[in-house]
Amino acid sequence: MRLLICLAQFCLLAAVAPLVSGFITCLKNDIRLRRGQSIWQPYYNLAKLFSKDEVISQNASWILRVTPYVVLAASLTALGLLSVFAGQPLVQYAGDLFLLIFLLALGRFFLALAGLDTGSAFTGMGSSREMFIASFAEPVVFLSVFAVCLSRGTTDAGNWNGFLLPGISTVVAAVALFLVSLAETSRIPVDNQETHLELTMIHEAMALEYSGRRLGILESAAHIKQIIFFTIIADCSLAGPFSDCEGWPAFGANIALLLLKIFGLAVITAVVEVSLAKMRLFRAVDFLTFAGMLSFLSVVTLALGL
Amino acid sequence: MNRFFDISLGFLFDPLALFFIVVISLLSVPAFVYSWGYLAGAYPRSKIIGAQIITVLFVAAMLFVVSVRNIFVFLIAWELMSLLSYFLVIFDSNERKSLRAGTIYIVMTHLGTAFLAAAFFLIYKYCGSFDFLAAKASLASMPRPEKNLLFGLLFTGFAVKAGLVPMHIWLPYAHPAAPSHISALMSGVMIKTAIYGMLRFIVYILGIDSVWQGSLILIFAIVSSLAGVIYALMEHDIKRLLAYHSVENIGIILMGMGASLVFIKMGLIVPAVLAMSAGLYHLINHAAFKGLLFLCAGSVYKSCHTRDMEKLGGLIERMGFTAVCFLIGSAAISALPPLNGFVSEWLTFQAFFLGALSGNAGLKVFMAICVAALALTSGLAAACFVKAFGLTFLGLPRSQKPLAAKESPLSMKLGMGFLVALCLGLALACGAVLKALVKVSGCVLGIDVSNISLSLNNFVLAPEPAKGIYLSPLAALVILSVFIGLTIAALRIFWGRIREKTGRTWDCGYYKLDSRNEYTATGFSKPFRLAFSFFLMPYRKTQKVRESFYLVRELRHHTYITSVFKKYLYRPLVAGAFKTSRMARRIQMGSIHIYIGYIFVTAIILVITMKRF
Repeated sequence: MRLLICLAQFCLLAAVAPLVSGFITCLKNDIRLRRGQSIWQPYYNLAKLFSKDEVISQNASWILRVTPYVVLAASLTALGLLSVFAGQPLVQYAGDLFLLIFLLALGRFFLALAGLDTGSAFTGMGSSREMFIASFAEPVVFLSVFAVCLSRGTTDAGNWNGFLLPGISTVVAAVALFLVSLAETSRIPVDNQETHLELTMIHEAMALEYSGRRLGILESAAHIKQIIFFTIIADCSLAGPFSDCEGWPAFGANIALLLLKIFGLAVITAVVEVSLAKMRLFRAVDFLTFAGMLSFLSVVTLALGL
Repeated sequence: MNRFFDISLGFLFDPLALFFIVVISLLSVPAFVYSWGYLAGAYPRSKIIGAQIITVLFVAAMLFVVSVRNIFVFLIAWELMSLLSYFLVIFDSNERKSLRAGTIYIVMTHLGTAFLAAAFFLIYKYCGSFDFLAAKASLASMPRPEKNLLFGLLFTGFAVKAGLVPMHIWLPYAHPAAPSHISALMSGVMIKTAIYGMLRFIVYILGIDSVWQGSLILIFAIVSSLAGVIYALMEHDIKRLLAYHSVENIGIILMGMGASLVFIKMGLIVPAVLAMSAGLYHLINHAAFKGLLFLCAGSVYKSCHTRDMEKLGGLIERMGFTAVCFLIGSAAISALPPLNGFVSEWLTFQAFFLGALSGNAGLKVFMAICVAALALTSGLAAACFVKAFGLTFLGLPRSQKPLAAKESPLSMKLGMGFLVALCLGLALACGAVLKALVKVSGCVLGIDVSNISLSLNNFVLAPEPAKGIYLSPLAALVILSVFIGLTIAALRIFWGRIREKTGRTWDCGYYKLDSRNEYTATGFSKPFRLAFSFFLMPYRKTQKVRESFYLVRELRHHTYITSVFKKYLYRPLVAGAFKTSRMARRIQMGSIHIYIGYIFVTAIILVITMKRF
């Protein structure tokens, strides 16, 4: 029974992941007063890409071929480490939130290698920039998660339940995590998902050589990575899930609360994306340093007992 | 006082010594197997035999260093180890670079030995014995100021050998100059003997008596790991890059150990044991993956005759086995799950976390800084190894040299394959490894660890089972494989098979994409060079080669970085040394009368001062 609930939790998050991206795009179009795509468009895209043939560069080695599978598997395993309403994660004994961060790094490592595999100048540039942004984002993610874990007393997401009101430090950590999630999910002001110019791409540039099914796999991995970040932010800081999730009403309430928080974050992301311009690459360091200072502040406030 | 020198060739095989013997043996055997294939054909036979004899003696000297129980014998073994490795560094003595590297190495290492010798004679003066256990017993009553002096001398002396910033400058010279299996041994285990020295003399014999000592080690460790990885990012020579990563990894090892010494003085026993074990775990992991990476770099060098990444590329097609080995080594050193580097970094993070959890406010903030530094280090290391693997093995060949590359002979493959297996084994059987390391930590810290269990079984780590904190690389590997399998199966079932066509890389319709359009190592690291420009102080030189006043035939563009430590520490130091010796030369007039006068004056001074005693 427990296992089934955990599986349901995992599947719900995985299934909702593209919807969040679709929702953000839809909302952005609404704010700009454009008539854009449907909210379900990411699902159509994935279904179309999964059935399409691929063109693979003649310079590519097996690295380019295996990377999408590694990236998706790493993201799915990371998703399995989260616990939102089942009271425990699907994947147990394998690791904790620190493993989750390292798993995302694993996916990124392979994707950056795939970028260097084809001998294209654009994909190589994408790899360089992605690793650049990521290496400054990594301390922020670690420090924020560290702060939240310190206040919860454990790094295991399954033991996080039963916290209704977050302290100041967790809220600060959540803000830092949100800022860094903009960078990690390649959104404005660090990166731009909608760009069509190779020179301005970061994340998209790395995947430039992919087409068809493997591109679809990479896109679904990106959706999942986004929902992982949103779930951590929602889960840790903006009023945790209802304690002791026994019985169906509590489950329902928890699921509703989680979705509300995730889509709330999506609204904020959309507003941020519409109202800001993309920064110069080296400004991103300042942006991430600011996020880092916030995450450090959250540990300091925690140490002061706030 | 009994005899002046009690030099007994006794051995001390406690868990600490045994651990280091295991580490040295685990790397020496594959490196030795590898060396036959590596040296064959490149050097005359007599030279190879000579080199192999020195290598065996070098390994024996390292084994002596970690197992003797007499301080004086330790010093002899230590010196022997340094000298033998010097001969191996200058093995390519027809290259001027090697000789220069050897000189820098021998000068630096003797600087360290000078500090150690001073410390050892101070110990002898106080204890009257060179025996480890006797010294440990009598140093317990040593007054605080002398203890602090001893700590400073020992730490400086060993830090030079360990390559801790700012004493690291010999590493990027010496490691690339030596043959690759010697680089593997020097980087993988020789610099670890300095860690052994720190643990044996500072922690075990001298004892830690306040928090500042651990904190000092932690701060040096943080600076070392960050500076090491930033310099590594700027390097385009594979072996120099790896040498800088040794500086970084020594920093990570000492982060765990420094944190442990802080925790133990704050009474946090379990986090202290965890942190010490994490440091030791990273030590053995670093020996495995850095050894592997150096051997792979040697394999590349042997078949392409260059170590410059700007001239390599596309080797994954031609040297498939070396590429896989290098990829596994890169993933391990970048702390990617489920490999061994990840396990020890996870343990270090967990030690910081558990220490901060039960520590006071100050410790929480300090640990937060450590967490941020370690995370930044591992992020930058991942970027660096994307560069190292991607530029060397992927893409198109950047010059003619990699075109003729061939896979290495069997003996080299065996050496690399063994270390790949070691990397995997150390990760998957992490519970069993940690169980042994907890015993070693108990021996170092001098506490009873019989009731401290940090692992659930042989495959699952459990630093804090009450709070549900577990880690199992084996489980992570299984789950990753299951997800890969499920993805392939689901796509095949729901969307059927698809065709893969081969096409050209996207080139904006240029149709002439070749290796000159590829991203370069310099380009890859440019964002990092600019972001860390406050530390690296990059500058460039542009040179115009003119055919006539009006016609510029070539435009040469070089980018350099300034080594802060060389410019602001070593150059003034060397200049000062030369200035002092020039001043000293003034009293040498070359006249025998004046020299007799000097002797006379010295004798008078001696007579006056001796009377006091």
